[in-house]
Amino acid sequence: MSLLKVRELAVRYKETAVVDALSFSIDRGESLGLVGESGSGKSQTALALLGLLPRQASVSGSVRFDDTELVGAGEETLDRIRGRRIGIVFQDPMQALNPYLRIGRQLREILVRHKLARGAEINERVIDMLSRVGLSDARRQFNAYPHQLSGGMRQRVMLASALIAEPDLLIGDEPTTALDVTVQAQILELLHEIRDNTALLLITHDLGVVAGHCERMLVLEKGRLVDAGATTSLFASPGHAHTRLLLDAAPRIDRACALPPATGPSILGIEAVSVSYKAFGNEQLQAVHDVSLSLRSGETVAIVGESGSGKSSFVRAVLGLVPMRSGRAVYAGAPLEGPVERRVKAQRRDLQLIFQDPVSALDPHMRVKSIIGEPLLVHEPGLPSRARLDRVVEALGQVGLGDEYLGRYPHELSGGQAQRVAIARALVLGPKVLICDEAVAALDGSVREQVLALLRKAQEDTGLAIIFISHDLAVVRAISHRVVVLYMGRLVELSDNALLFSCPRHPYTRALIDAVPIPNPVVTPKKAPLRGEVPSLLHPPSGCAFHPRCDYVKENCKSALPTARDLQGTRVACHYADEIDLSR
Amino acid sequence: MNLLDNRTIRVSGGILLTIAVCALAGPWISPHDYLTTDFDRQLLSPTMSGGQIFGTDELGRDLFVRTMLGIRVTLLVAVVASAVSLVIGVAYGAIAGFVGGRVDAAMMRFVDTLYALPFIFFVILLMVVFERNFLLIFVAIGAVNWLDMARIVRGQTLSLREREFVDAARLTGVSTARILLHHIAPNLIGIVVVYVTLTIPQAILVESFLSFLGLGIQEPQTSLGALVDAGVKQMEGASWSLLIPAGLLALILLCFNFLGDGLRDFFDVRHTS
Repeated sequence: MSLLKVRELAVRYKETAVVDALSFSIDRGESLGLVGESGSGKSQTALALLGLLPRQASVSGSVRFDDTELVGAGEETLDRIRGRRIGIVFQDPMQALNPYLRIGRQLREILVRHKLARGAEINERVIDMLSRVGLSDARRQFNAYPHQLSGGMRQRVMLASALIAEPDLLIGDEPTTALDVTVQAQILELLHEIRDNTALLLITHDLGVVAGHCERMLVLEKGRLVDAGATTSLFASPGHAHTRLLLDAAPRIDRACALPPATGPSILGIEAVSVSYKAFGNEQLQAVHDVSLSLRSGETVAIVGESGSGKSSFVRAVLGLVPMRSGRAVYAGAPLEGPVERRVKAQRRDLQLIFQDPVSALDPHMRVKSIIGEPLLVHEPGLPSRARLDRVVEALGQVGLGDEYLGRYPHELSGGQAQRVAIARALVLGPKVLICDEAVAALDGSVREQVLALLRKAQEDTGLAIIFISHDLAVVRAISHRVVVLYMGRLVELSDNALLFSCPRHPYTRALIDAVPIPNPVVTPKKAPLRGEVPSLLHPPSGCAFHPRCDYVKENCKSALPTARDLQGTRVACHYADEIDLSR
Repeated sequence: MNLLDNRTIRVSGGILLTIAVCALAGPWISPHDYLTTDFDRQLLSPTMSGGQIFGTDELGRDLFVRTMLGIRVTLLVAVVASAVSLVIGVAYGAIAGFVGGRVDAAMMRFVDTLYALPFIFFVILLMVVFERNFLLIFVAIGAVNWLDMARIVRGQTLSLREREFVDAARLTGVSTARILLHHIAPNLIGIVVVYVTLTIPQAILVESFLSFLGLGIQEPQTSLGALVDAGVKQMEGASWSLLIPAGLLALILLCFNFLGDGLRDFFDVRHTS
């Protein structure tokens, strides 16, 4: 019989049902994926299963976990099951770990509380568990505080705490969404390996994750179950239009895209830009080393890399938001110098930035019409207010929003609408260069597609040049002409889109591409993911910064810093780029 | 969205307004004045006869008129001192926080220096340099309160400055003054309003403390604080002379607090829709 049987589960807040008539079951040892866009009720379902919903929520229906009814169960019953028989991993490990307790102690508590071990055995089991989730030197890490660990390590600790009681069911609520792709691949692989006999309920928006790790999947739309079945068969023939929509919106790194070539004149030249920040004491943290890049009108150049690779610092220095330590940038023949406040108006008008989080990029106290109208007010002060409003309406229309949005405040918009407003603000002055800093990372699949289409259209219409920063290589593949790969602030590879994905020259590029989950369950699993994590920028490795994680490392890499050189149409910084074959 | 749609604002504002109108018109309507002593009518309990509805004090002066006078002084101190701290504190804190760097460090060290001055010493110094003056109370209280306000506003501005909408404004070429006025200031309103409602009771209490030391309001002038102080001495025989001014003081403080809550909700766009 099933381990978990959910029947007619409904979660309501006052009149609104966020989950409605949801029924499913999980067998022992099975892995089930729960997918849907934001607001589809995925997380609410997880919280309802665990009795963790806020008081205002009313839950009805039935959740039977191995003969125990969980809906309406008392705290005592729930406490016996939560943590002991059902383990949980949330998206943000920093929220779930107590910052004041050493991690070993937090794991010990679980064993002590559920009386699973005693005496010296407790510490042994904790250390054993920590080493199983891949914490090197688990005996020492036992005494670490959460803030001393990287995001990936913290998520491993969360996984350890969820699995240490050897639960029958593990619930992962977007467990890898906040992590870099390389770390995500490590955690997902780990999840697969150490699960033993534990059933898995994996909640995610990422169909690639489901394809690789779940036997069955459920699709939620607005709180209702619209599709369910074996992963392979649902991917092959979706039973519901919404599943098809999700599948179509999922970016595919395994598919080439066809963009018209960019033939415009060169518009932005960036030469050997370095950025450094003052760290604690007098140490310098060098975030960007000598990165050069040129951009044509109508061209999209993507910048990719793990967090800490210097992507954002690089563009912020070019824009004048942070000081450039050395190097120079030339826009349309004139240098871009000094902080943004000292730059000439024309430059400030022509270079625009779109941020990752649209909600924090919009002033919460301004209405949409003032937000989009402000750049006009500054750059065209003579414009009568009537004409300004017309321009605002036009810009809104360009991003597909009607004039009923004019009077709204940012918090009254969904994430996708807010991002469109941010784009409208950036486009209203008719810029020549648009920099998108993870502009679609926070958006749902279908909304992301719309925003990307919008950017492509703006490019076609006005010859806009775009610098597109992303950690998501699948999106990059779909939108860019050329791709720059950064690692620890250095350029490791710069290549044409097609060339980069078919024939990467740098082992790091290969690893990044391999780490992206492919939304296709029948693709053969790839080789082991990239080891380790990005080292601290304060103490970069000697020689090639990538050598400690590289599969092809040789003696020379540990001492000599490779310089970027041209190799058959690719610019690559690796000593052995011409010897190793990374195409497949 | 109308200010009066908010019930908290309507009720607390209404009560405060009523009290203020009474304080202004009361002494004018009443047949008594605040000065005249009457040794035949000492410590009279509240009575309708002769219109002495709050009774009289130990010198036979009419307590209704004196209380209304006290409310005037108290409200004036509260409003003026808070306005001083609001204007100076917000401007100072916002500039320090937004400009940052050395300017911020220098401005905040100046605040720290002022903090280090003992308050009473400061007031006595003022009294010595200038002659004793009603206005000095405002100056003294304002001079202390704006320091806290400046620190709070600076902290908030520092975090607002890092928000991406400020970067977005900088990029498009919005001037620093306009960023401060249109992006930083509106986002400070919530915390500033709450803090002002905290400084008002504080100013009222400081005023009564100064009056008690003989550094504040001088007899025969009076304030609610001074009346409470006088009432404490008579509370065994004439409890009304404590209860009435103390009750009014509490009511005024409560109303300011509720008004603050209401205003915070009103200025928070998330609440209004």
